[in-house]
Amino acid sequence: MNIEIDTAPPPQPVDAARGRKATERPVNASRSAPVKIAVHKLSFRYGRRQVLFDNSLDIHTNRVTALIGPSGCGKSTHIRCYNRIFELYRGHRAEGRILMDGVNVLDRRAIPSTELRRRVGMIFQKPTPFPMSVFRNVAYGLTLERRYSRNELHDRVEKALHDAALWEEVKDILHRPGTDLSGGQQQRLCIARAVAVEPEVLLMDEPCSALDPIAAGRIEDLIHELKRKYTIVIVTHNMQQAARVSDYTAFFYLGKLVEFGETTKVFTNPDNSQTEAYITGRFG
Amino acid sequence: MRLRRRTWRKAVNAAAMFLSACTALFGLVMLGWILSDTAVKGIRAINWDFFVRLPTPPGETHGGLANAMLGTLILTATAAAMSVPAGILAGTWLAEFGRRGRLAAVVRTVADVLTGAPSIVVGVFVYLVLVRPFGHFSGWAGAVALAILMLPVVTRTTEEMLLLVPDAMRESALALGAPLWRVLIGIVYRAARAGMLTGILLAISRAAGETAPLLFTSLNSPYWGKSLNQPMPSLTVTLFNYAMSPYDEWQTQAWGAALVVTGAVLATTVTARIWLRRTTQRT
Repeated sequence: MNIEIDTAPPPQPVDAARGRKATERPVNASRSAPVKIAVHKLSFRYGRRQVLFDNSLDIHTNRVTALIGPSGCGKSTHIRCYNRIFELYRGHRAEGRILMDGVNVLDRRAIPSTELRRRVGMIFQKPTPFPMSVFRNVAYGLTLERRYSRNELHDRVEKALHDAALWEEVKDILHRPGTDLSGGQQQRLCIARAVAVEPEVLLMDEPCSALDPIAAGRIEDLIHELKRKYTIVIVTHNMQQAARVSDYTAFFYLGKLVEFGETTKVFTNPDNSQTEAYITGRFG
Repeated sequence: MRLRRRTWRKAVNAAAMFLSACTALFGLVMLGWILSDTAVKGIRAINWDFFVRLPTPPGETHGGLANAMLGTLILTATAAAMSVPAGILAGTWLAEFGRRGRLAAVVRTVADVLTGAPSIVVGVFVYLVLVRPFGHFSGWAGAVALAILMLPVVTRTTEEMLLLVPDAMRESALALGAPLWRVLIGIVYRAARAGMLTGILLAISRAAGETAPLLFTSLNSPYWGKSLNQPMPSLTVTLFNYAMSPYDEWQTQAWGAALVVTGAVLATTVTARIWLRRTTQRT
């Protein structure tokens, strides 16, 4: 978990936090990796009910950021703003800014949903293979953009399945329905599907909570591999998991970002007493 | 005390089991009776001529109901061509866009009321709108009447089948950068197609067996229904007329018509189910 070892080259060092007053900088902002997403005073409302209050934090390139906190604290809602998936539902409104490489992704005019979501992939709690073959599940996102030749498509699907550590298990059953796979395989299929379009960021909303411990362990190993290529934000209920996979941890409580910092720091020496109480299992 | 309560519980259980078994059996017996009676009496009318020849006046032999069979096919297909696309679109709107809105609730109620509307009322309505103003009965009017009956069935089953597709499926497709229309067509319809097709077939079988809405719309005819602008023969109205007639040959042919309608509807449903099961397993 030593983040200094990871020397993956930063794609483009953009200081998205530029222009922000020093006092507004999130706690423990890192020095080691460039900022991929700078969240600034993000608030969210479901109709009249406000569920997020002025969340500000930086997501670092090629790092895993874990969002932890008790149920209903807004961590899922928080990451659902990063790809604007919430706009599907009426009355859901986000305020503030989420700057990805300097572009405010909450602004529909700045970046269309389809483009944003190609760049910011998402894995959900329950694996949802589409009603089609394993191959076509992975190819789905690819064929949205343009036509591929047969060979090219096959290569990219194979690569995505390799990246999701699923190739060996499915190479002979590519044309069987995706739903034939086991739960853990289905989740890796969803990961393959998401990485096939080569996004920059991967959002994972409790990707392991519907899986057994062994399948969950494989996903965790996979996250370690994936962070070489992608910036990962993971929501998890499981604090051990957060400690194992993440470089940064953000603790949410009642819609507020209580503490954010390097995982080692948050877990061993938290600044906030609520964080400490949650991590040591006194509530949540 | 405890023992008695247990005996009582077991007795109640046995009684309930007996009653439900009886009702199930009752339904099955009725179905079997209808089917076997239709088959036994209808089979006498079935021969090659029955399927290829035009009706003959009573007393003459070698008559057939080919025109009525073709007419029913044309009427049902035309009605389906009108109601299936409209029903799918309406169901899609209800499930994907209207959802819990007030307009959706109104549309849903109207559809449910229409499902329960007596079909003869629909026939009279179409008579007033499409027959009286034009001054003649027509296949179009019959097809429209059938389409009105099919529409709510297709709409509501489409909606219900689409609602069975979890939102997580829509979200994961959207999260890949797919525009909503592609998600609907490529993913949601695909996931729901078995149920949607069942609904469509249900509507078609219902329409194919309807008589009342055709009585004042497409009427009937002893000739080939060459144009939808003219009265169109149909199996069900022919069946009705023949069954009401005093002639033995016609009554036998009415049984034959009943057998053909029942058999066709049954065969369509069964083959579609088998085919669907096979394709959904394969994909």
